[in-house]
Amino acid sequence: MTMNSNIPEGPIEKKWSNHKFNMKLVNPANRRKYKIIVVGTGLAGSSVAATLGELGYNVHAFCYHESPRRAHSIAAQGGINAPKNYSNDGDSVYRLFYDTIKGGDYRARESNVFRLAEVSGSIIDQCVAQGVPFARDYAGYLDNRSFGGAQVARTFYARGQTGQQLLLGAYAALNRQIDVGTVKFYDRREMLDVVIIDGKARGIVARNLISGKIESYAADAVVLATGGYGNVFFLSTNAKASNATAVWRAHKKGALFGNPCFTQIHPTCIPVSGEHQSKLTLMSESLRNDGRVWVPKKKGDTRSAKDIPENERDYYLERLYPSFGNLVPRDVASRRAKEMCDNGYGVGASKMAVYLDFADAIKRLGSDEVFQKYGNLLDMYKQITGEDPYKVPMRIYPAVHYTMGGLWVDYNLMSTIPGLFVLGEANFSDHGANRLGASALMQGLADGYFIAPYTISNYLASNKFAAVKEDNKEFTEAENGVTATINKLLSIDGTKTVDEFHREFGKAMWDYVGMARNKAGLQKALKILPEIREKFWKEVKITGNAHDINTELEKAQRVADFMELGELMAIDALHREESCGGHFREEYQTEEGEAKRNDKKFAYVAAWEYTGKPGKPKMNKEDLDFEEVHPSQRSYK
Amino acid sequence: MKLTLKVWRQNNKNDEGRFVDYAAKDVSPDMSFLEMLDVVNIDLVKKGETPIVFDHDCREGICGSCGMMINGRAHGPGRGIATCQLHMRSFNDGDEITIEPWRAKAFPVLKDLMVDRTSFERIMRAGGYTSAKTGGIPDGNTILIPKPVADEAFDAAACIGCGACVAACPNSSAMLFVGAKVSQLALLPQGQAERETRVTRMVAQMDEEKFGSCSNTYACEAECPKGISVTHIARLNREFVSAQF
Ligand SMILES: Cc1cc2nc3c(=O)[nH]c(=O)nc-3n(C[C@H](O)[C@H](O)[C@H](O)COP(=O)(O)OP(=O)(O)OC[C@H]3O[C@@H](n4cnc5c(N)ncnc54)[C@H](O)[C@@H]3O)c2cc1C
Ligand code: SF4
Ligand code: FES
Repeated sequence: MTMNSNIPEGPIEKKWSNHKFNMKLVNPANRRKYKIIVVGTGLAGSSVAATLGELGYNVHAFCYHESPRRAHSIAAQGGINAPKNYSNDGDSVYRLFYDTIKGGDYRARESNVFRLAEVSGSIIDQCVAQGVPFARDYAGYLDNRSFGGAQVARTFYARGQTGQQLLLGAYAALNRQIDVGTVKFYDRREMLDVVIIDGKARGIVARNLISGKIESYAADAVVLATGGYGNVFFLSTNAKASNATAVWRAHKKGALFGNPCFTQIHPTCIPVSGEHQSKLTLMSESLRNDGRVWVPKKKGDTRSAKDIPENERDYYLERLYPSFGNLVPRDVASRRAKEMCDNGYGVGASKMAVYLDFADAIKRLGSDEVFQKYGNLLDMYKQITGEDPYKVPMRIYPAVHYTMGGLWVDYNLMSTIPGLFVLGEANFSDHGANRLGASALMQGLADGYFIAPYTISNYLASNKFAAVKEDNKEFTEAENGVTATINKLLSIDGTKTVDEFHREFGKAMWDYVGMARNKAGLQKALKILPEIREKFWKEVKITGNAHDINTELEKAQRVADFMELGELMAIDALHREESCGGHFREEYQTEEGEAKRNDKKFAYVAAWEYTGKPGKPKMNKEDLDFEEVHPSQRSYK
Repeated sequence: MKLTLKVWRQNNKNDEGRFVDYAAKDVSPDMSFLEMLDVVNIDLVKKGETPIVFDHDCREGICGSCGMMINGRAHGPGRGIATCQLHMRSFNDGDEITIEPWRAKAFPVLKDLMVDRTSFERIMRAGGYTSAKTGGIPDGNTILIPKPVADEAFDAAACIGCGACVAACPNSSAMLFVGAKVSQLALLPQGQAERETRVTRMVAQMDEEKFGSCSNTYACEAECPKGISVTHIARLNREFVSAQF
């Protein structure tokens, strides 16, 4: 497989403008003749579909929800970064670029990250114009806060519902294009295959989730903006339906998968309450701005929090990281919490939690101000746990939150399948081994509004497209493949439900491919995971039929794909004999227990190729050159 | 806890539908309402029956997917929450719980508790936006919006499009949903240019979708998971009237 990252020549701050100038254009009068399929209408998908529609292309957008507004992006709470330097605290494009490269633990491509930082300011302007009600001060200026360990205040926010407001903005822009007829929108359609003709992505096969019909759609280019795959762990903060089917099936058709093992664990989630748990709820890490994290100094302490005197509490983040304290990056905070619990200092009934305490903040600021700042989050905690965080400290535990890995893309956001573009969380780019807070929203919208519309135009202008119709044999073959898989699943008629298998698989992933990994555990995972998958294909029970709304069948297909992807994650994690960002290998740590990279051996992107059988992938490498930011050991002491 | 559920089952749009009783055993007060249904569904599948179908996704009250009438109330007992945020500690051992889909002409039932809310989509497409094209936009701070205005616009913008307002309303009116969007954009400077066409078109589409009219019962505000205020209905009315003259 040839992989060319297509990074433009020139100094880093000129690359994108040079590239834009050198790209070919499609004449406005001709744009209507090009058909572009966009799969997924979260932030990345809605923004790209709307923008391509505005440019005059013939856009067809698909999602499995009833409306774009239901996409998982809606749940993002904290905010979106942009180096506007409104706070006058020394922020700049270069600083955001630097922070993102460093935060990603030197496993991202410099050129992409610089471009991301460069266009991010325009995102804020764009969203304001759409009527996104960002937080403002009394004079009417946009307000910023500092977020997720950044030392400048560059995060724009809309209360604790930033993702919602940004998505509603992109949704409105998309609606406008649907209204004027440049975009046709297909709701409740699940893409199940990408169709490749003469080496180019030329369409998709999707299932109509209401009628069960398998449908084909042809186009000149296909965009996947289908989100992340955190639900491979069953329990995560992702929406229940978030899944990897679109990217996985594209992978099986030839798209390389970049750094699949890079997953992010978020430190401030509400702990699991029992076997019935169906998903985990994140509480914005802005809580760490004022909340203090602690555990009892004594192992196995069963006293309730209020009975543990101050001098018997260990504020371990403040102790270990005097300069960053409770604001250390996500991976560090998560790992330390796990370590505390593993060593017997955990709190609550399950002992798998640490305290996040607002008592001092309430003393310092008063409960009114704490309510002003965090009211919705504290209410949510109360709603879920039945406990009052104004009176007792909250219990938190890390949970799977985001996947930095995804389909490998070049500088143009195109995968190794020509004409297949991948945007948002679905691609692997920009965040390296660890994503900084408030940077996913930024990336999704940068990809969708300001990058892909140019690079897709360039692709269309630079290629010739033979006429393709939905009755071409490649479509028929893909439809047959999809139908065969569905029929196979329905015919098994075993004894265990899809959820039960998913839970079992997810638990194994969490135990061995989760927050801290080691060789023996990963080898064990590589034994167990395929066994669960085999059992699944023999013993799963799905009721109902294929010609109707069938939520069990929908889940079964997603879980079947997770079970292949999970194995690839374990393979990737095993091969990467270093710790970096969210990938922590216990064998590779500094004396102080921090992640220890091995830049000599692993400063590359592992891009995995499907060879016809799950579990037997071939690795391709994209070496990463750091010309601007010299890799150093991250230190938050 | 042990509960008896009376659940609306309906195969498709054309099926008549009926209530079916199910026993929910070993319900923990820490479960969410949807997790309780998950457990019931696992049992149903194991017995070879089809599970109860309902829409859901985020399970944290923000995507607007979930929504059912629980004992006659949209999103069940409790204020300011969506169905997915309801926990079983709100119920008592031995309770009988009736679960139905949203009932409104404009929301036909697709299956069991899942309804078709694309009427909301069509209203939004009829002008629920500002016509700002991507690119060439001046700096965000060139438009000053004082905090109180931004806050009020945010309150309206917080709508999750769940449809509880319609389900709770005796007339199946969508005025709260439509009012929230019209109001958000009428409050903001960015929404001024298209203010009149927007409200006119959105209201026309709302009528075409066969939503009922508003008779000021305020049931919508009471059941709205985001506490959207009926003052936005008042603003919608004013906007509509002034757009006609
Ligand atoms: C609780 C939470 C809080 C977060 N907070 C923040 C934050 O404060 N700041 C930040 O920057 N990031 C945050 N993130 C991360 C961020 O929200 C996501 O990474 C981002 O929104 C992903 O956007 P997306 O457009 O790539 O995908 P998504 O929003 O997940 O959209 C995926 C779309 O693809 C469609 N789809 C998927 N598969 C198929 C298929 N096979 N066929 C058809 N359609 C398909 C879906 O219907 C959907 O429309 C948060 C994430 C979580 C879980
Ligand atoms: S106004 Fe309230 S009840 Fe109506 S759709 Fe919006 S959030 Fe739901
Ligand atoms: S499932 Fe998203 S609001 Fe209830």
